[in-house]
Amino acid sequence: MAQVPLVDYLVLGDDPHLVAKACTSCGARFFDRRNACAACGSDAGFDEVPVAREGVLRSFTIVSMAAPGIPVPFVAGVVDCDGTSVRANIVNVEPTPEHVRLGMKVRLTTFPIGTDSAGTEAVGFGFEPMEEG
Amino acid sequence: MAEDVWILGIHMTKFGKHPDKDTVDLAAEAALGALRDGGVTIHDIGVLAAGNLMNANAGIGQQLQKQIGQTGIPVYNVVNACATGATALRTVIMAVKAGEADMGLAVGVEKLAGAGLLAGGTRKEDGDTWTPSGRYGAVAPVDGRIGTETMPGVFAQVGMQYIHEHAYAGEPFELFARISEKNHAHSTLNPLAAYTKRFTLEEIMNDVMIAYPNTRPMCSANCDGAAAAVVVSGAKLKTLSLEQRRRAVKVSASVLTSDPWQEGCQVLPDVNTLTRRAAEQAYEQAGVGPEDLSLVELHDCFATAELVHYDNLKLCEPGGAADFFLSGATWRDGSTPVNVSGGLQSKGHPIAATGIANVWEICHHLRGEAGDRQIEGANVGLAHVIGLGSACGVHILEKAAA
Ligand SMILES: [Zn+2]
Repeated sequence: MAQVPLVDYLVLGDDPHLVAKACTSCGARFFDRRNACAACGSDAGFDEVPVAREGVLRSFTIVSMAAPGIPVPFVAGVVDCDGTSVRANIVNVEPTPEHVRLGMKVRLTTFPIGTDSAGTEAVGFGFEPMEEG
Repeated sequence: MAEDVWILGIHMTKFGKHPDKDTVDLAAEAALGALRDGGVTIHDIGVLAAGNLMNANAGIGQQLQKQIGQTGIPVYNVVNACATGATALRTVIMAVKAGEADMGLAVGVEKLAGAGLLAGGTRKEDGDTWTPSGRYGAVAPVDGRIGTETMPGVFAQVGMQYIHEHAYAGEPFELFARISEKNHAHSTLNPLAAYTKRFTLEEIMNDVMIAYPNTRPMCSANCDGAAAAVVVSGAKLKTLSLEQRRRAVKVSASVLTSDPWQEGCQVLPDVNTLTRRAAEQAYEQAGVGPEDLSLVELHDCFATAELVHYDNLKLCEPGGAADFFLSGATWRDGSTPVNVSGGLQSKGHPIAATGIANVWEICHHLRGEAGDRQIEGANVGLAHVIGLGSACGVHILEKAAA
């Protein structure tokens, strides 16, 4: 089945991972389409760099009220992937404060989010706990 | 040398539900109130800055003039998220400091009653075919799939990040709920607050969870309201009556910052660095330190936000916000009373009005006119707001010497 990533900074295949755009002048990393660097102002360009697939949960919330159409509750967080901050849902964990811990180790995982009328499957990503508890 | 500037008159409407009044009615009530409070008329005003976030392209400044006086003065309609009111005030202060006018009027107004909880709006349906769009090449809406865009969720993470970075050993949910308990307790003394109900800690923790650790009473209350201030130059003030001079409040510092780039700031907004910078500049301008403050009104849009701003405004030791709060320092009988108005969680948060209403609260105490909730002997206060995007306004105000 044909697959497409939810966002263009998710690379699918045998070795799914995220890629960031690193400023060639200062190294600041970004995930969006860039005009120039917000850190140093340089417009010299960006290198695509892979982001570590494992990281540490630096912050989270458990969203219980969201816009219509968004299933709740879910865990939203910020993962520190070896110095690069990544925004993601924390998945494969009970969405309760007892099961989600600040500082816990998490790793990237991907999952299908739906199939369109052309039969193409969109694939999203999240981070899951690396150990039980 | 730059002019010194003063608040000559200031007014806020009751915050809450005003179904019988439109945006211009509320703005006019605040503006006329501020003019009356300052003992001047619209004919004395040389510059007007006005903000209304929810209907930003309507030109609230000129709409207001159509009701209270079309005098031909320059109007600046400003918008800066939750810092819109502070931006209007700062715009007028800049004009007076620059000598372009000797008196100006700043107005902020919002109609928000019944608007929900500053959530992310409605997520669009997925398309018929996956088509990348936008700066992330997303084939479908990402809110809820890649983190959250709701304000309670974003600010929950701001607070939880602080807990993580400073290794707070206690229960974060209870800590944040206690902050909300304080602000709701304070609100019982504020007749202009939208909500004046005291909650127990248990009631707060057992209320509807919005985004852990923020329950409903820990979120800012959407409501209607307006606030306005008349700013005057020091030179002009000298020509006014003794009573006007006695009640005038000195603007010792007026600062607006935006968020400087920090690692991760485009992943989770960094509300800290710009607030720290604004506070540093404000203390420097005013020649006062955090220990000199009689009271602080800070931007507690969520209970999780109030904690980090204790640190950002340097009210506590770096990293020590939880201990500082738990010592009782920020209750109204503590060493640094914070949000004695009830804060955004109970006074309410009519967005564009907030940055002037905070200044009104401080002025009220400095003038000794705060009634039952007066902080005795108040002589210096700080008002802080932050709008995501981001913009931070800090004003330091001092009681008139005479
Ligand atoms: Zn750069």
